[in-house]
Amino acid sequence: MLEFISRILGKETASSKSLAKERLRLVLVHDRASISPAMLNRLREDLVQVISNYMEIDETALEFNLCQDERDVALVANIPVLKMKRDYAAKC
Amino acid sequence: MVIAARVVEKNKELCGKVGQTMGEVIVVTSGKGGVGKTTTSANIGTGLAQAGFSVVLVDTDIGLRNLDVVMGLENRIVYDLVDVTSENCRLKQALIKDKRFANLHLLPAAQTKDKTAVSPEQMKALAEELKKEFDYAIIDCPAGIEQGFRNAIAGADRAVVVCTPEVSSVRDADRIIGLLEAADLKNPKLIINRIRPQMVKRGDMMDIDDILDILAIDLIGVVPEDESIVVSTNRGEPCVMDKNSKAGEAYRRITKRIQGEEVPLMNLDVPEGFMDKIKKLVGLR
Ligand SMILES: Nc1ncnc2c1ncn2[C@@H]1O[C@H](COP(=O)(O)OP(=O)(O)OP(=O)(O)O)[C@@H](O)[C@H]1O
Ligand SMILES: [Mg+2]
Repeated sequence: MLEFISRILGKETASSKSLAKERLRLVLVHDRASISPAMLNRLREDLVQVISNYMEIDETALEFNLCQDERDVALVANIPVLKMKRDYAAKC
Repeated sequence: MVIAARVVEKNKELCGKVGQTMGEVIVVTSGKGGVGKTTTSANIGTGLAQAGFSVVLVDTDIGLRNLDVVMGLENRIVYDLVDVTSENCRLKQALIKDKRFANLHLLPAAQTKDKTAVSPEQMKALAEELKKEFDYAIIDCPAGIEQGFRNAIAGADRAVVVCTPEVSSVRDADRIIGLLEAADLKNPKLIINRIRPQMVKRGDMMDIDDILDILAIDLIGVVPEDESIVVSTNRGEPCVMDKNSKAGEAYRRITKRIQGEEVPLMNLDVPEGFMDKIKKLVGLR
């Protein structure tokens, strides 16, 4: 009985606003990234620089993308490694 | 008439700016269409005039002019924005005096041309001219992000972004904020329009905090969904003049914040209804 009442009073339904907020969050990650490819490019260059401290990578084959599934957005980088730098390991 | 005369006096006393300090150009924009830019422009402009400032409203929605009807001034138009920028007439000839406030003017958009009839450079020059004559120039921007938008923001010092609590509107607002900042119009202020407290309360509409959280800009006002907007638009009298209008009260507060005053947000709480009482009784809330 109480269940019935609470259904009528609309407690069961998940609020549509949280859905709206979540969808917005995801769509804006993409919107903002596509508005500023310059920013993504800088990030790519910074990353290459940092990684190059540790290993030699193939910059020409580097893939760098924002990927999205139902719930998450991820920055996915595919970075072919040519060689590890031995001198760096020795320094530490 | 008496009111208008008194306001002008007040204007001279308070501001005393006849050609001394430069006025400010504020663009009202949104990205998405139909969210309340024109309504907001009319009410902010009228509100500032009511407070004693000299104000010009500029309709940049070329081909789809509306600010004239919202202001109830559609019968007085002789020249328009394109006539001014293409030097068909002088600025003074195209400005329409408001019926209620002698210190309020409208520069209407052209109805028969398209948005490319004006260039951003021309708008910049016009803005400079307007700043010498008025305390505030309020620019009503067309929807979209193309030339009409670029024209509208070209001469602006500040920007107000209008959005409604809907996914598409907030998304477009985000895009616009990015474009404004890229155009060096820093710190745009947000107006959330058409909020419905009942729906927010039951979790079916994004609240102020939800939207601010997403857009991360300063809020300058919240306007409730209000029938008095429709009524006042029917009459051609902005609701900011109507003491009994909730949306009018919201716009009066926004007007004060534009002048730099700190005013608390309006209380939009809905009185507890019959269903709320039952819910409480059954222990659902
Ligand atoms: N707070 C409100 N409550 C009720 N109706 C509103 C409210 N705000 C705006 N409206 C109505 O919404 C419609 C669109 O408003 P308005 O013309 O101001 O939007 P706009 O952003 O200028 O549109 P456009 O992009 O076409 O120029 C109008 O009919 C107006 O009366
Ligand atoms: Mg409009």
